[in-house]
Amino acid sequence: MIVFEKPKALADVPLHYCPGCTHGIIHRLVAEVIDELGIEGRTVGVAPVGCSVFAYNYFNCDMIEAAHGRAPAVATGVKRSLPENVVFTYQGDGDLAAIGTAETVHAAARGENITIIFVNNAIYGMTGGQMAPTTLPGQVTQTSPYGRNPEQVGLPVKVCELLSNVDGATYLERVAVNNVKNVKAAKKAIKKAFQNQLEGKGFSLVEVLSTCPTNWGLKPDKALEWLEENMIPYYPLGVYKDKTAEKEAE
Amino acid sequence: MAEKVLMKGNEALAEAAIMAGCRHYFGYPITPQTEVAAYMAKRMPLIGGTFLQAESEIAAINMVYGAAAAGKRTMTSSSSPGIALKSEGISYLAGSDLPALIINVQRGGPGLGGIQPSQSDYFQATKSAGHGDFHLVVLAPASVQEMVNLTFKGFDLADKYRMPVMLLSDGTMGQMMEPVSLDMGEIKEYDKSGWAACGTNCEREHNVVNSLFIQPDELERYNFERYERYAKIEAEEVMYDEYMMDDAEICIVAYGVAARVSQNAIDKARAQGIKVGMIRPITLWPFPKAVLNAAADKVKAFISVELSMGQMIEDIELATRCKKPVLLCNRVGGMIPTTEDVLNSINEANSVGGDK
Repeated sequence: MIVFEKPKALADVPLHYCPGCTHGIIHRLVAEVIDELGIEGRTVGVAPVGCSVFAYNYFNCDMIEAAHGRAPAVATGVKRSLPENVVFTYQGDGDLAAIGTAETVHAAARGENITIIFVNNAIYGMTGGQMAPTTLPGQVTQTSPYGRNPEQVGLPVKVCELLSNVDGATYLERVAVNNVKNVKAAKKAIKKAFQNQLEGKGFSLVEVLSTCPTNWGLKPDKALEWLEENMIPYYPLGVYKDKTAEKEAE
Repeated sequence: MAEKVLMKGNEALAEAAIMAGCRHYFGYPITPQTEVAAYMAKRMPLIGGTFLQAESEIAAINMVYGAAAAGKRTMTSSSSPGIALKSEGISYLAGSDLPALIINVQRGGPGLGGIQPSQSDYFQATKSAGHGDFHLVVLAPASVQEMVNLTFKGFDLADKYRMPVMLLSDGTMGQMMEPVSLDMGEIKEYDKSGWAACGTNCEREHNVVNSLFIQPDELERYNFERYERYAKIEAEEVMYDEYMMDDAEICIVAYGVAARVSQNAIDKARAQGIKVGMIRPITLWPFPKAVLNAAADKVKAFISVELSMGQMIEDIELATRCKKPVLLCNRVGGMIPTTEDVLNSINEANSVGGDK
């Protein structure tokens, strides 16, 4: 009996992510969901600019690499062209909540029938650890060397809270991947976000709190603790919007 | 013979796009290309197509990128400041070898500029439509009929060479009405299954649409390959029109609305006995270098008639190896040279060239 194997939707190649980075877990969850729903053959993924820029090499479905922040617009173009296909984006916090804010908000406002996996690790990882829109107050980064000072640069953007005020959005949930219980909850949310699309229920976004041991300057286990102690209090986990029942009735 | 209908340039090109099989239009409002979007908004829902007004030009071109990546014929239209915003996405289209048609109904610039006709995006269209090494095929219509024909042709070239194509029009071409035939003939189909991201159906390796190549030698290889395609385009796809060039001693070079004014001026100059003709580039890239270079051995001077500050002069001088002087006759900011302006330049060229 096979008790553990690689999801079919995940390519059998080494990932480039740093040791201890939780992108690998999130990739796996997305791949498991694609397998379980049996949708690999009709799924098109959109990779962002950022740490997950090479995601197009890691998923076995057709993939498109988007410009920085534009993944929701690219996904819109794909979904409007191929309405029977499943379209998802996989984006980081700089990509989705800074340079791509307009694309994110308006894809939600249109109720675009796509799935967004939003990985929030409170930092720009790929470029070496700069302040992100989600960097916590006081957090030290390369471009906030004295700690993020809210008086100068304002407070972090809370994406689920922000989008919960956008009428067009259907499903918004924030999860984390810092422990087994949370990983299981994260998978459930990701699966729902894909199922919503299959059922034509509209815009679904799952925000996944993730770690960046390298740029946080922490060992992997300490990074998981830091996530729990600092990120979860600032970014509470939970469902921020769920209109799926309402959409069922329509 | 095909029936002709009276249509506005912008609407004619929109209908031509539909007839060329385009079912996915993404745009953002800007004057003076409004009619294109309005026409698409009316027509697309009736034929099962997509008209989507994006939140910005940036989003619109990225929606085009998505639709093109999915293997569909797709387009956007805008005007000068909006095209500047699209330049990021245009570079990504080129870098990912995606076909798409981009319409620029030019207005005066720089900055917010004005809303009257202009040709001041010549450099942008032909030299630098975005970052990186790439070209667009740039088509310049001089009539409503050409708006139609070149839209049809533009989609075909985009698919044939897997690259973005720009139709460089202006407010005059967009707004004026002329009788046109919409009989475009057969649409040539291109097999996109080898690269389009439209679902593997679990029957093939995944397709990846991408412009990122982190290994320098790999990125270089893609650039070299792309420029081999460009060389083929320069050899095979040049389009131009000649007017009274057989015995011409002066050659006007003009495209779009400037060519129409020039033609009137040529007729008047000919009546005065001045031997003047015109070479009208229809493709601005590839530029009709060979015919201009050949003309340089026969004429005594060139006149570049433009609605810009002489942006095309450099191309004429390069094409002709500076063998003959190139004069500039121009108005800018939304102003259009009159027949008299061009006539004056013809007279000037006649004397300047005569001194040689």
